[in-house]
Amino acid sequence: MSKKLFSLAAIFDKPNDIMHAADSIASDGYTKYDVNTPYPVHGMDGAMKLKPSRLGYFTISIGLTFMSLMLYFMYWVNNIDYPQVIGGKPFFPLPALVPILFEVTVLTGAVLTVVIMIVFFFKFPNNSHPLHDSDYIKDVSSDKYGLYIESDDPKFDLDKIKTRFKELGASRIDEIYWDEEEVKTVNRIMEPKFVIGLILIAGFTSFSAYMHLNKLLYITPFDWMMTQHKVSAQQKSDFFEDGFAMREPVMGSVARGFIPYAFKDDIQGAEQNLLNSLPATEENLKLGKKKYLTFCSPCHGDFGKGDSRLKGQFPNGPTIHSDKVVNWSDGMLYHVITVGQNSMPGYEKQINNKERWAIVHYIRTLQRAFNAEDGDLQ
Amino acid sequence: MSEIKYERKDLPKGILNIGLPLLLIGLVSLVLGYSIDPLRASFNNLIVLMFIISVGLGAIFMVALEYLAGAVWSVPFRRIAEYQGVLFLITPLLAIPVILSMHDMYHWTHESALAEDAILRGKEPYLNEPFFYLRSIIVFVVMALFYIIFRRNSAKQDITGNQKLTKINIVFSAPFMFLFAIGITILAIDYIMSLEPHWFSTIFGVYYFAGTFLSALAVLTLLVLKLNSKGVLVNGLRKDHYYSLGALMFAFTAFWGYIAFSQYMLIWYANVPEETFWFLPRMADGWEFLSIGLIFIHFIIPFGLLINRSSKMNPGRLKFVAYWILFAHLYDLYWLIIPTYNHASDSHGPILNWMELGSVALIAGLVMVVFYFAANKKNLIAIKDPKLERGMNFHL
Repeated sequence: MSKKLFSLAAIFDKPNDIMHAADSIASDGYTKYDVNTPYPVHGMDGAMKLKPSRLGYFTISIGLTFMSLMLYFMYWVNNIDYPQVIGGKPFFPLPALVPILFEVTVLTGAVLTVVIMIVFFFKFPNNSHPLHDSDYIKDVSSDKYGLYIESDDPKFDLDKIKTRFKELGASRIDEIYWDEEEVKTVNRIMEPKFVIGLILIAGFTSFSAYMHLNKLLYITPFDWMMTQHKVSAQQKSDFFEDGFAMREPVMGSVARGFIPYAFKDDIQGAEQNLLNSLPATEENLKLGKKKYLTFCSPCHGDFGKGDSRLKGQFPNGPTIHSDKVVNWSDGMLYHVITVGQNSMPGYEKQINNKERWAIVHYIRTLQRAFNAEDGDLQ
Repeated sequence: MSEIKYERKDLPKGILNIGLPLLLIGLVSLVLGYSIDPLRASFNNLIVLMFIISVGLGAIFMVALEYLAGAVWSVPFRRIAEYQGVLFLITPLLAIPVILSMHDMYHWTHESALAEDAILRGKEPYLNEPFFYLRSIIVFVVMALFYIIFRRNSAKQDITGNQKLTKINIVFSAPFMFLFAIGITILAIDYIMSLEPHWFSTIFGVYYFAGTFLSALAVLTLLVLKLNSKGVLVNGLRKDHYYSLGALMFAFTAFWGYIAFSQYMLIWYANVPEETFWFLPRMADGWEFLSIGLIFIHFIIPFGLLINRSSKMNPGRLKFVAYWILFAHLYDLYWLIIPTYNHASDSHGPILNWMELGSVALIAGLVMVVFYFAANKKNLIAIKDPKLERGMNFHL
């Protein structure tokens, strides 16, 4: 069985020889030939009379196609599918998209050019070539310069080319044949084995990425506190019929440490019956002063003169040095603090029982300070 | 040792015949401008100054770059870049009028502004007049010294043929690169950015540098094309040289676009008033058209013109692109500087009349005349440079 000839190859020893050879072969009108050199030889494209490569146009058109698709995708995301104001920018923030568009152009242009080259020109997944394992390729990848003409060149004529190569000064001429298997093999890109393999790899990659991103990352080590059976805020209780988690207290129950005020609607009773049981010690006066300055002074003024610091913004609290207030009983003062009077609200919720009596003491102290008697300084 | 036979030829007279009238027109319009509208004339003069710094300092950078990178392709016309660098030596002449009218242009020089402005007071340790002058002088002297060293060693090599001189220049190029980076940043910040003393952009030095190198390359390309077509440069340069010049211009066009976009996008994204206010006057009063035009003129159009391989190899088209890039750099400087003139003179929008055209004539005249007198009756090729022969036979 005769082997099928792939090409006739010539080995040259000097870079000038290969330049001259390439130039002559190109001038002879051969089209299916190529030159192999161990390093890029400057000016070789000129000698081979190659036309300027059109690869750039090809790559840019891939890049621009995917750039437009990306632009539309980002438009769709930002304006149609999920319009959302981000950082106060418009819905179509062009400057922010430019880096992405640039990256997509470069990435798709480069990657797809290589992928298409591998698939269409290198006939991936085929991985053999007649030049492989030949003496020719071993030489030209170390220190020799080679040129070969393929056998399906329209002007191919074995003997003529051999003499031509000798004229050009070739140091060796090789006939390169196809391997038997290579001749038979068709392009294996559509072979079921290869396609199924690709699908399996794609499936495995997608599955593991999905599991990792959606399951593995969300396995929490201890989430018992997060998932315990309790009713959170804004949730409905399944246990009680009315849906509330909290129960109403029994009628008449009183919170611990909290004594309800008995004279709520009985001002007379308060005036006559209530007495200040808190001793007027220095400690209690200090407590009274602190609470007075916190709760009372914003309206009544720091010294109770009615010179509020909120003057003009709220109704002005009256002075506590008027005859009316000076003559009030302790019980009456306590009642007003607790229930409020006119536009003054009650402070029962904010100030506890003891503190209210301490404030009464402090008010008495202030009143005394502004109407001091002669003996007080001693 | 060199086999290249170089015969010294006169420069084409055209350079001088066109350059001198242009220079005269420029000077007359400068003087007239200063007497009619001093403020406007000083802003125009600032543009001229920055442009000439670009062309001159960029050429020195090109020379140092060639030494440092061991480039071969640019050796046959390194001399032209060296003579082009003389333009940097005349910049003090242009800086004097700028410095004389500093108070009209630079808001931060006023004591009163300083008194009522806490930000300016904070910047005072840097932005004060004595230090400003000191910086300008130091940058000029250091750059000029390096330039003179390069020139002297290169000229000496023509006579002695000593290859060590190339080595010495390589050694000097390394510190030059470092100082150049600092120097050009200082020049850009001092002369352009401090027009709006509140504004700051850390990338501004690089922004100016991108335009600088681009315009220096464009002038170099024009000179090389002109001289080569007149046969002044020995064997003549080939398409490969033109292609490399075009490719470098192409690269720096993209670099300028990258830097300008980075500066704009970061400011746009952060949207902080102390940064965005600089762009606001450039987006109103007719400046918005110039701002959008800048993208096209400085990036998209030259990018499109240069992307094709044949446009880099065709001398006619390369010449057109080089003129275009010079126009773009001028446009860029105008866009950077003139809005402050609007602010200082209560005018609105872009301005253009005989004064601006006069400064263009001044730039063109200065480049031509200074180059003519720097290069005339001298070797236009570094005849004994060890890399010259390889550079002449340069293939892509």
